[in-house]
Parts: sequence; structure tokens; C-alpha cells
Amino acid sequence: MLYFSRWKALAIILTALIVCLFAVPNFFPQERVKTWPVWAQRHIVLGLDLQGGSYLLLELDTNYIKKERLDQVRDEARRVLREAKIGYTGLAVRGDAVEVRVKDSDLQAALPKLRELSQPLGGLLGSSGQRSLEVSDAGGGLIRLVVPQAAITERIRQTNEQSIQIVERRINQLGTVEPLIQRQGTDRILVQVPGLQDPTELKRILGQTAKMEFRMVDSSVSPDQAQAGRVPAESEVLMSEQPPKVPYVIKRQVLVSGGDLTDAQPGFDQRTNEPIVSFKFNTSGARKFAQATSENVGQPFAIVLDNKVISAPVIREPITGGQGQISGSFTVQAANELALLLRAGALPAPLTVVEERTVGPGLGQDSIEKGQLAAYVGSIMVIVFMLLTYRLFGVFANIAVAINVAMIFGILSLLNATLTLPGIAGVVLTVGIAVDSNVLIYERIREELRHGRNAISAIDAGFRRALATILDSNITTFIAAAVLFYIGTGPVRGFAVTLGIGIITTVFTAFTLTSLIVAGWVRWKRPKTVPI
Amino acid sequence: MTQYVLIALGVLVVILTIVAIFDLLPPLRIVPDDTHFDFTRFRRISFPISAALSIVAIVLFFTHGLNFGIDFRGGTLLEVQNKSGPADIGAMRAQLSTLGLGDIQLQQFGGPNDVLIRVAEQPGGDAAQQAAVGKVRSALGDSVEYRRVEVVGPRVSGELLAFGMVGLMLAIVGILIYLWFRFEWQFALGAMIANVHDIVLTIGFMSISQVDFDLTSIAALLTILGYSLNDTVVIYDRIREMLRRYKKMPMPQLLNESINSTLSRSIITHVTVTLALLALLLFGGHAIHSFTAVMMFGVVLVGTYTSIFIAAPILIYLGVGEHRDASDTPAKK
Repeated sequence: MLYFSRWKALAIILTALIVCLFAVPNFFPQERVKTWPVWAQRHIVLGLDLQGGSYLLLELDTNYIKKERLDQVRDEARRVLREAKIGYTGLAVRGDAVEVRVKDSDLQAALPKLRELSQPLGGLLGSSGQRSLEVSDAGGGLIRLVVPQAAITERIRQTNEQSIQIVERRINQLGTVEPLIQRQGTDRILVQVPGLQDPTELKRILGQTAKMEFRMVDSSVSPDQAQAGRVPAESEVLMSEQPPKVPYVIKRQVLVSGGDLTDAQPGFDQRTNEPIVSFKFNTSGARKFAQATSENVGQPFAIVLDNKVISAPVIREPITGGQGQISGSFTVQAANELALLLRAGALPAPLTVVEERTVGPGLGQDSIEKGQLAAYVGSIMVIVFMLLTYRLFGVFANIAVAINVAMIFGILSLLNATLTLPGIAGVVLTVGIAVDSNVLIYERIREELRHGRNAISAIDAGFRRALATILDSNITTFIAAAVLFYIGTGPVRGFAVTLGIGIITTVFTAFTLTSLIVAGWVRWKRPKTVPI
Repeated sequence: MTQYVLIALGVLVVILTIVAIFDLLPPLRIVPDDTHFDFTRFRRISFPISAALSIVAIVLFFTHGLNFGIDFRGGTLLEVQNKSGPADIGAMRAQLSTLGLGDIQLQQFGGPNDVLIRVAEQPGGDAAQQAAVGKVRSALGDSVEYRRVEVVGPRVSGELLAFGMVGLMLAIVGILIYLWFRFEWQFALGAMIANVHDIVLTIGFMSISQVDFDLTSIAALLTILGYSLNDTVVIYDRIREMLRRYKKMPMPQLLNESINSTLSRSIITHVTVTLALLALLLFGGHAIHSFTAVMMFGVVLVGTYTSIFIAAPILIYLGVGEHRDASDTPAKK
């Protein structure tokens, strides 16, 4: 144990040195580090609890996705049956399925037509054998079209991917610094915005689907008649966005949707000086809008956002330029937000905030200072205690612990890991624990000395016997840290990371550096007694 | 001020290091070299005590309960700092109670300007929680600085709780399997009993002290688990070694010698861990106060006791070394 070949010693020292060096960028300002080579730029990221910022967990409305899919199946079934000229009754969504009834004589014609709606899941490469729709004969002319759970899960996953892109665009429009947007599970999106103190605006922007539609106002009935129950089949009653809430009767058919917009900008009306949002259509949108407006001159149309009427102006002349403006008695902020939402596009399904954690910069700074103070005081107390207990060997232990801590920060930087307040606690705890490996070795050496071994043989036996114990005892803690990493989020995960890395570096230093230092001392001094 | 203290401590370290290198420091022995405490006989007292304490802890858990934090209970938590001097908690309570948000708790937290506000989970799902935090924010307005705002919806809180519990079980099982591989099954079982004992007592402590039980508490529990086992494994390692070396030494004596020969290490390591935790408890700020307090209790008070007085002696009852001779002669090496 006490013999190290020159190469082995060199390899150990180099490894420790290189790992420690990775911690260096943390001591320089970010702007300086940015000018360094890329491999040297890795640094520790401060967690939101230390630098301040907002953490939001958003959840997709999976019921909405499911309902939308079932409605879609119902509409497709209607189209297919009509095209095949098959008579049907009672086509509707019932629970988790779409049901339709056909005459017994038509059953054999209807089933294959409806089965054409079903596709293999996962595109062309799909090998699971799962299909997007299960069409079955429920007897008595009743056909059930069931969307299997796998197909819904797949749809939720796809919707989530699309939503992340929209969320990303919306947040980037806000001009925040380095936001982190990640998928979490199948139906959740995690958003972290460092430095954001008040997430109210962010939540409002993410909380809107922003589905924009241009639709015609139905003038055949008055809103009062419609509210009394006489709504034409092709229309529905929608309320105005702004108070006082006024009902409108709006046709269901969508003339042009927000998907056809290429740009939207906030501005002011030149005559009234009111805040407005001006928009531009793409080519197909412009064509559709031009056609609709030229057919309906003199009629009112409605601009509908998330099923609320923003405004319902009368078409004075055909709008053929593919440009227009919305004036809905906005505030300046509302106009800005609407323009932002229109530019970023609509969310495919509504999102709700299910978890929010915000830390202000004041608390973050306090936490950094307190964590640092605790770390210094804790380390110094441990160091002093080790010196008093083991004297020269205490110096060896302290060198090993110092390198140990430097290596922890090196590895944290290398991994671009996040340091949180509990993470700092993990480092302090590691200092307390890292000396344990030295204590185990030293106590064993003392024991061997008591049993009458000479100095060198006692040191050798002490190391040999203690190392197995060190490995065993650290693996148990490492299992706990690994579990914690798996179940934890945010600050707690930061604790698991430093704890786990601390265990690895502790075992490394115990097996290599500590014995290297002691071996060097033995070679140099050739001791007859061990001052331990 | 703190800089000077740190500089002074740093100078102390340098001086001590130099003195230590030149071998001028008197030796400090916390534990005498050759101890012969009869730890295993103490099991007749320690087992009943532990059993009684565990029962008390379980009763406390069911009667007193744990003070679930918002991670597991859902709801809203705001840490605010009054911008103009000490906060008038009475006035704030009166102001917030008009919002119709049900149970609102206010509590001074840290300095006199700091107030912790807890709003119970609102009926009506995730959107209702968001509405509640909006109401509180607009009621307090700009008179306070929002140092921390946490909102956990009902679904997430349920998941976090389930996740935390599963994690705890997973860790115990994982460690059990590892110990089973490395030792015999009796050791694994002994360690697990010690483990559960630690967790039960710590939960009892959390019930008495009513510290927030949240995700960081699970982290504290897992750490306690890891380090209590760390200790147990060190003693078990020694017991295994002794079992191989002394084929005929009676079990109680063998356990005693194992514990006594690792006693010095156990005490010294616990002093260093205590020092580290003490620094965190005193200077780490209130954000991790309950976290370190729980760890202090679990690692320092319970962990050491368990490995010496429970984990080791229980091996006798689990049938380790049953067929040993009474005569004590070292086997040939």
C-alpha cells in the first residue's frame, strides 16, 4: 500500500490537479470566462434559490386533448359515412368513444370505410401494432369507434412538444435571460426564468391559449333571442372580452384563423390615438380574408380570441391587402400582450400552472452569504479539530480534505451542475464526512501499533484494512444520494448532487491521495514511531 | 465583522498547522486507547428503551401528526419583508383575513421585518391556488418585498408525497440488497431494523418539534439513513473480521471488542460531523434551519446510539455466531 510507482503517483496527482482546475472559471467574472476556450468555460450554475428567479410547472389539459380528438373522430366519421352515402343515426361522443348506428344492411359497407380512418401509431416506423382508432361492431347496427389509451398518450406527447415550442417563443419575446424550458413527464412543461421576481405577467401570457379566429356575426337572431334558447345550429353565443360582458351570436364557421398570421405589432390608431394591434396575413390567409370581406360588405364580423369576442366591426369595404388592425379598447399593456401572443402562435391545448416557486434576489443573496459563512466556519472547525487530534497526520488529512472540496467544485463545474443552498449544506457535510475516511485509517494504524507492529508495517496494515471499510460505508450513503437525486427536484436535487459527488471524491482521495501523502512522508522520514 | 472572525480563524489554522508539522502539539485523546465497555450487556436496557421510544414516536405520529409543509399539503407560502421597519403582523392578518381565502397563518420568520404567510390549499384545483396568490399579492401591494413565493397545486403535492415515500422505501431496499451481497442476510436485517428505528425516532422528533415536513425533510431522512448505515457498516465490518479471526470467542464478547475497537473512530467522526452541522445550524440561515435541525437529531443523537446499542447487539438475536464455543482461543491465522 505504501509503494507507489512513479507513474502511478504522477497519474494520481495529475488527475486531482486537472479536476481541481475545472473549478477555476467560477472565480472569474462571467464576461472574462466567455473569452476563454470553450472547454474551459464550464462553470457551476447557481440554483434559483441562490440567484433568485421563478420556477413554474405547467400542465397540459389532457381532458381537452382527449375531447378534441373524440370530436375530430366524430366529424371524420360523419364525412366518411356521407361520402359513402350510408344513412346513420345517433352519431355522438359517448364517454370514451364515438358511437353511430347504421342499418343492418349497411353494416358490412360501413365498417371497412370507418376502419380506413385508423392508422398505425408512430408513423411508418410504428411496429407496436397499436392503431390510432379501434372500430368495432357492438351489435344491433351499433358501431363503436374507440381511441385507445396509447393513441391518446401519443397525442398528448405530440401536443406537449408543440406547446413547448410555443411557450419558448412566448418567453423569448418577453426578453428574459437564459430561460430553461423542458418537458417533464408526458403532460408537463417546466419553465425556469432566472432573475424574474414577479411571474404574474409570465403566468398570464402562458395561461392563454391565444386561439384567434375571424368569424361572421349571425344577424338572423338577436343576442337576447339566442340567450333565450333560440340559437341557430350553425352559430353559438359568445361573450365579449371586455366588461361589460355583452353576448354576441357568432357563426361557428371560421373564416381565417390565427395560424395564418405572419406578424402582429402593437401600435396606436392614428385618429383616436387608442392602442391597437395591427396584423399581417400570409398569402393564403390574405386570399381567404379578401374573399370573405368582399362577400360580406355591410355585415359585422367578429374577432374571437379564446372564445371571447374582442371586437365585432362592420365590414365597410373588402380588405384585400392582407393587413388589418384590431381595436378593442385595449390598454397599452393588453395590446402589447395580444401582439406577442399572436406572433408566438396559439397553444394546441390550455396550460395550467400546477406549481410555482419564486425567490427574490434579496433572499438569494442572503442565502449565498449565509451558506458561505456556514461553509467557512464549519470547515475551519473541522480542520482545527483534526489538527488537535492527529497533529501531523491531521495536516495530511486537511490537505486531502482541501483537495477533496476543490475536486467537488471541479466536478460540479465539469457537469455544469446547479449549486443550491442545500447543495452548500451537502458540501459542508462532506467536509465532516470526508475526514471520516482519514479517521478510519488513522485509528486502524493506532490499533495496529498497539498490537505491537512496527511503524511502517502498522501504517501499511492500517491502510489496507481500513480501505475496504471505507468503500462499504460510503456505498450505502451513495445509494441514498442516488435515490434522492432521482426523486428530488430543485434545491433537494442540488443537495443530492453535491452529496453524491462528495462521496466519489472522498473515496478517490482516501484510496489515492491520502496514502500517497503518507507514503511520501514514510519514504522521506523513515519513521521509527508514528506521531498519531 | 465576520471577515475579521474568519481571518482570525484562518490564522489559527495556519499556526496550528505549523505547530503540528513540527510536532509541538500535545496529543489530544477524546477516547482512551483501550476501552472495555460492556456495550452488549447494555442491550437489556437499550432495547426496551428503544422499543418504548419507537412506540412513543409512532403514537405521536398518529395523534400529533406531522406539520406537512406545502410540498405535501398544497397551498401557498409567501415570505415577505416589510420595506418600512418591523412588520405589524396583527394588521397584516386583519388585512388578509378579509380576502376570504380560509385559513391564513402568519408568523415572524428571521428578523422583525420578515413574515411568513401560509395560505391553506384552496378548493377548486390548480387555478384556484393561482388566484389566491394573486389576491394576496395585490392586497399587500408594494409595501413588502416578496422574498419567496411558493404555490403547490393539489395534484403536484399528492405526487410529491407519494414520490418521497417511494424514494424512502427504495433507498431502504437498495441498501438492504447491497448489504445482503456484502454481508450475510442477518447483517442486512439487523441494519434494516436499525434503519427503521432511526427513521421512526426522527419522525417522532419532527412530530414533537412540528418542523415543516416537506421535500427537504425527506432529504434529511435519507441522509440520516445513509450516515447511520455508514456507522453501522463500519462496526459490522469489524464484527465480520473478528468472526473470521476468532472462531471460538463468544458472541457478546466479540461484539464488545468490535464496538470498543471502533469506538474512538465513532466518537471522532461524530465530533467532526457535529461541528459541520453545528456551523450550518448556527450560520446557515433559516432557509435550511429545519433541514439541519432534523439532521442534527438523526445523525448525531440517534445514528451513533443506534449503531452501537441496536445494530450490533441485535446480531445476537438474529443468530449470528450461534454455534460458538465458550472457550476463547484465537484461531490459527
